[in-house]
Order: sequence, then C-alpha cells, then structure tokens
Amino acid sequence: MNRPAVEATDLVKDFGDKRAVDGISLAVPAGSIFGLLGPNGAGKTTALRVLLGIIDPSSGTRRVLGHDQPLEAAHEVGYLPEERGLYPNMTAREAIAFMGALRGLPLREGRRRADDLLAGHGLGDWARKPIRTLSKGMAQTVQLLGTIVHRPRLIVLDEPFSGLDAINQAKLEELIRSEARDGVTVIFSTHVIAHAERLCERIAIISGGKIAFEGAVDEARDRLRPIVRLRTRSDDGPWRSAIPDNARHERGEWVFELPPGGPEPLLKALLDGDAGIETLAIERPGLHDAFVAIAGDAAAAAMGQQQEPS
Amino acid sequence: MANLLRSAFVIARRDFTATIFSRSFLLFLIGPLFPVLMGVIFGTIGGATMSDAERPTVAVISSDADFHALTAARERLAQAIDPPVLLELRQVAPSGDPAEQRARLLKSSSPPFIAVLEGGLARPHLTGDLKPAAGFVRQLEFLIDEAHRETIAPGSHAPELALTRTTRSVGALTPGRTITGRIGQMVLFLLTILLSGMLLSQLIDEKANKIIEVLAAAVPVDAIFLGKLFAMLAMSLLGIAVWTTAGAATIALVTDRSLSELASPALGWPLFLTLSVVYFMMSYLLLGSVFLGIGGQASTAREVQTLSMPVTMAQVVVFAIAASAVGEPDSARALAAAVFPLSSPFVMIARAAEDSAIWPHLLAIVWQILWVALILRVAARIFRRSVLKSGPSRSIWRRAKA
Repeated sequence: MNRPAVEATDLVKDFGDKRAVDGISLAVPAGSIFGLLGPNGAGKTTALRVLLGIIDPSSGTRRVLGHDQPLEAAHEVGYLPEERGLYPNMTAREAIAFMGALRGLPLREGRRRADDLLAGHGLGDWARKPIRTLSKGMAQTVQLLGTIVHRPRLIVLDEPFSGLDAINQAKLEELIRSEARDGVTVIFSTHVIAHAERLCERIAIISGGKIAFEGAVDEARDRLRPIVRLRTRSDDGPWRSAIPDNARHERGEWVFELPPGGPEPLLKALLDGDAGIETLAIERPGLHDAFVAIAGDAAAAAMGQQQEPS
Repeated sequence: MANLLRSAFVIARRDFTATIFSRSFLLFLIGPLFPVLMGVIFGTIGGATMSDAERPTVAVISSDADFHALTAARERLAQAIDPPVLLELRQVAPSGDPAEQRARLLKSSSPPFIAVLEGGLARPHLTGDLKPAAGFVRQLEFLIDEAHRETIAPGSHAPELALTRTTRSVGALTPGRTITGRIGQMVLFLLTILLSGMLLSQLIDEKANKIIEVLAAAVPVDAIFLGKLFAMLAMSLLGIAVWTTAGAATIALVTDRSLSELASPALGWPLFLTLSVVYFMMSYLLLGSVFLGIGGQASTAREVQTLSMPVTMAQVVVFAIAASAVGEPDSARALAAAVFPLSSPFVMIARAAEDSAIWPHLLAIVWQILWVALILRVAARIFRRSVLKSGPSRSIWRRAKA
C-alpha cells in the first residue's frame, strides 16, 4: 500500500481557551479524493491550516508528502484557502504565474501554463486583464488555476464550492476528478455533503474539532441499516407486527430501518399478514443520513441550517 | 536558506514591479525633487555648511611685525567680505626644531590648524593638507601680498607663497570633517525616515485582500518579510538614484557648488560615498524590519496612521542619540550608539568622515546585518503568532506556572 499523502496524529490546536482542533488523527491515501465534512465552526479550516503548516499545532504531529515540516513540501502542494485572495491589479496570467512561482515554478513557464490553463477554462480573453475587472466567479477560477499551475501532487481546497454557481460547481467537480485521475491527491473541505458524496472515496467527519468518523464513503453509509419505504392497502392487521415499533408514517408510507433478519423474512411476514403491498423500496442510506447518525443530531441540525443547494 | 532566499526573491520581485509600474510611483519620484532642487538652487546646504563651520585657522610662526602686518591686512579684507569666510590667524612663537614644531601644530586639535605659515613675509611657506582648502590658500596669498605691500615694499608684490602639501593633518580637518559627518548623518536620517515609513503599511494589502493565507501556505513568513523589505529597499535606492542624478545635474547647471566645498572625509570621498550607500541600506533594513513587524500587526490604514506618530518619534530619538556622538568618535557615548543597532548606521557614517580606520565599519556592518536577521526573525514569529494565530496558545509565563 502507498504511503499516505497526509498523516496526522493527535493534532491539537488551541486559540486561547478555545480548542479548535481536538486530537485529530487521519491518513489520506495518496491519489485519492478525500473530503473533510462538518458544519462551519467545526474546525475544518483550522485543521487544514495546521496540516499545511500555515499555523503550528499546539501538540501532535503531521506529515505531508513525507515531510514532517509541511512547508518543505510546499513545491508539491496546491492550496486554495476559504477566503479567496488575489492582487487586484495583477493580470490573470501574472496572478497564476506568481502563485506558481511561490511554489517554485519558473515565472516564464508559469506564464506559458497560465495562458494554456486560462484558454482551457474559457478565460483566454481575460488573461491580460487585471483581476479587479473579473467577475467573482472568474477570479475564483483564476485562483483555482493558480493552485494547480505548478502541477502539485497534493491539492488542498478549503470550501472550494462556496460562492460558485451550479455550472461552475460542476466544472470544479470535473476538475477535481481529472486531477485525481492523474494521480493527484485531493483534499477538500465542505459543509455541502452532496459534493463529498459525488466525489470522495474517503471522508472524515469533523464536529466540535474532533474526528467523528474517518473512512470510505461506503463504510460511513454501512454504519446505518438500509431504509425500508412501504406503502400498503391495509391500514392495520397481523402484518403490523413485522415492522419495528419506531417506524415512522410519512406521507402515506411507512419508513423504518430494515430489520436484522434482512428483506426476505420481512417480505414473508407482510405477505402472510395480508398487508396488501402497493410499493416496497429498500434504500441504501445516503451520506447525509450517515452524517446525521455519526456526528449526532446537533451537528446535523447545524448542517441542515447551512446546507446549500447543489 | 537557499529556499528562503528564492522565496523572498519571488515576493520582492512581485512587490517591486507592482510598485514601480503603479501610477503613484511617478509621484513618489517627482515629489521629493522639488524641495531638493529648491534647496540646491538657494544654496541652503552650502550656506548651512559655511555658517556652521568653525573658521579655519592657520598657525603663523613669525615675528610680531610680520604677524601684525598680516592681521592688519586681514582687518582691511574683513571690511569687504563676510567675516565667516575669513581665515583665522594664530601667532605662534618659534620654539625648538622648526620641523618638529610644524608637525606638532599640524597634529593639534585644540585649536585645530588647517596649515602652518612660516618664513615671514619675505619667504612665506605654507604647510598643510591644502587640497580641500584651496580657497583659503588663495585668501592667504592675498593677505601676504597685501601685508608685504603695506609694510616691506609698497607697490611691489610679495614673493610667491611656497606650498608644502602634507598627506594628512588630523587636527586641521577635524571641524570640517565633523560637518561632513553631520551632513552625511542628516542625509542618511532624512532618507531613512522618509522612505522606511512605507514599510508600516506593506502587509495591509495582503491582509485586506486575503492573500496572506496564500503566501503563508507557500513560503515561510520570514521570506515574506525579507522579500517585502528588499523590494522596498530596491525601490528606495531607485528613487535615491533618480533624485541624486537630478540634484547633481541641477547643481552642475545652476551653481558652482560641489562636494569639494566640504572637508574631505577621513576615508576619502569614494569610500565615504560607498559607505553612505551601505549605511543607508543598513539603516533602512534595520528600521524597516522593525516597521514591518509593527505594521504587520495593523489591519487597516487607520491603524497604520495611528502607529506612525510613535514610530516617527522613536526615530527622532534614535537620531538624537547618534547626532550627540558626532565629533567624538571614540567616546563612550559614540561607542554605545554604534552598538545600539538602530542608531549604529548613523553613528558609523559620521565616523567614516572623522576617522580613517576601516575595520570598525566592517565590524559594524556585520553587526547590523545580524540585527536585521534577528529583528526579521522576531517580527515574523510575532506575526505568525498574533496574526496567523500560530504557535503555542499559552504564554511562556502560563506554561511555566502549569
């Protein structure tokens, strides 16, 4: 197995009396797309900043691309911070080339790649325009291109979908997939679970500064039993004993977790009990449901308030 | 280290090009030219030099009669020209070996003699480091000629004044060199105070535009500080080059004044001017790194303005310390000011005018470089801790108590 691109062990970060990151341990496999999920204030950004060496941890260790000091790997890392920032008077191509130069890419090569990247993302005509004349979405794209211009082995994106319209969100998702296909490790944080569900192979759910779960997306889903949605002609009868006591009746159908025996005993009991089955669906739980279960109701409530349409 | 310098270069290149290609840079270049040109045209610098200077004194080893004739001629001349530009004459009675007495007088610093006149009016002979005092030699020739005509042979000219140029006469040049040192110190201070203040606001852009996060994730904060410091230094040197060229051209066009009106520095003009540039760089880097560290804590232009006043006052205090040591390069006060890093360049430039030893400068420059590195390091750490919220959350005191 490849060495993880990023490893953290018992990372703690305190700001005064407030503990923003509370003993985080994780391992991000090289070449994977890794999602860091959690509501705002959960500690995602602080965790990423500690991992990248922008700030030092109060305790614990981290290792990025084999380096104990993350800045030593800076040439192989691309980082898009949550708060986007570019010099407003710089042209788009110069901004991208400058970000590449910060990561060790020669300026001339950076300019050449910037022209290619801008043209490839429909911004060729804006290459020599100052950033201040670009729309917010364009500027965000320019910063993203600056993040990848030096062809890093690890890309870290903090809330990359924030502020993008649906079309640009789809483009960004495709860009992330494309980078991962080329063997690049991508870590992104989000509070929008749908993006993580579509993109990630592995996730970490962070809540209150702690990792509540780390593993494959399927593994998170498998923590929950499948959900049964049942619509019957009969309102009552012997079949009712086949469904759990905590089943909910929502919009004319019963919703409950699949009993431990599996679908066959349930189906038999419903048929034998004259339920008059109209529809029966067994659904695998979504990541959202898994998040609710793993991070707890409080985190889910916070997530629900901040959920953005995707 | 190489990585740090490479990163600093990337930052410096961006800042430098962004600054010099901005419209405001033209104003930056043009603005200071007006007072400089006006100053040159009205001769304020030259005037100040003359009014502040102690009058050059010539030791006259002669008979009473000759000396009285000379002083009488001087009195007559004083009625025609401004007294400050007149030579001071001091009679010295002949004693012992003439060569020994001459050498002793030339080394005297109290009073400091610019030269020694011997041989009376019949065979006048002037000895001294006369190169920077050509105007006074001509004045003395005139006085001798006038005295000769009045007392020895009316209507005839005095014999030609024989000149013996010495390579060095410490005592004679002391006052002039002190003035040269003061002027060098003042120019250095003015340039530093005018130019290094810009570093207070250098990180405002990065913080306002949220770029600091991008930079801090890619390069060490030390490199950001170093890059910004050198970018502004390069811009300042460019400005100084433009202003100096313009000033020199104006001097050449509208006046006949030049550096030769000042006493030659102890180290000579080429080395003195070279050291002036070096010490400007050092004072800029020293004060600039302090300003960068202080300004890094500010988030808005208003906060920077609030910081400007105490920072400027601190600069004035530093300059006052350095200025008080001029004229006494080996005094304890001068040594203390040379050791204190922020006043060190100002003291050392004055020393370059007054003392010919080179090794103190080499030592001072190394010392100042060390302090620049130290201040930058501390400033970067404070920035990381207070602005980026990095480092241990608990104070050393609280950790010690725990």
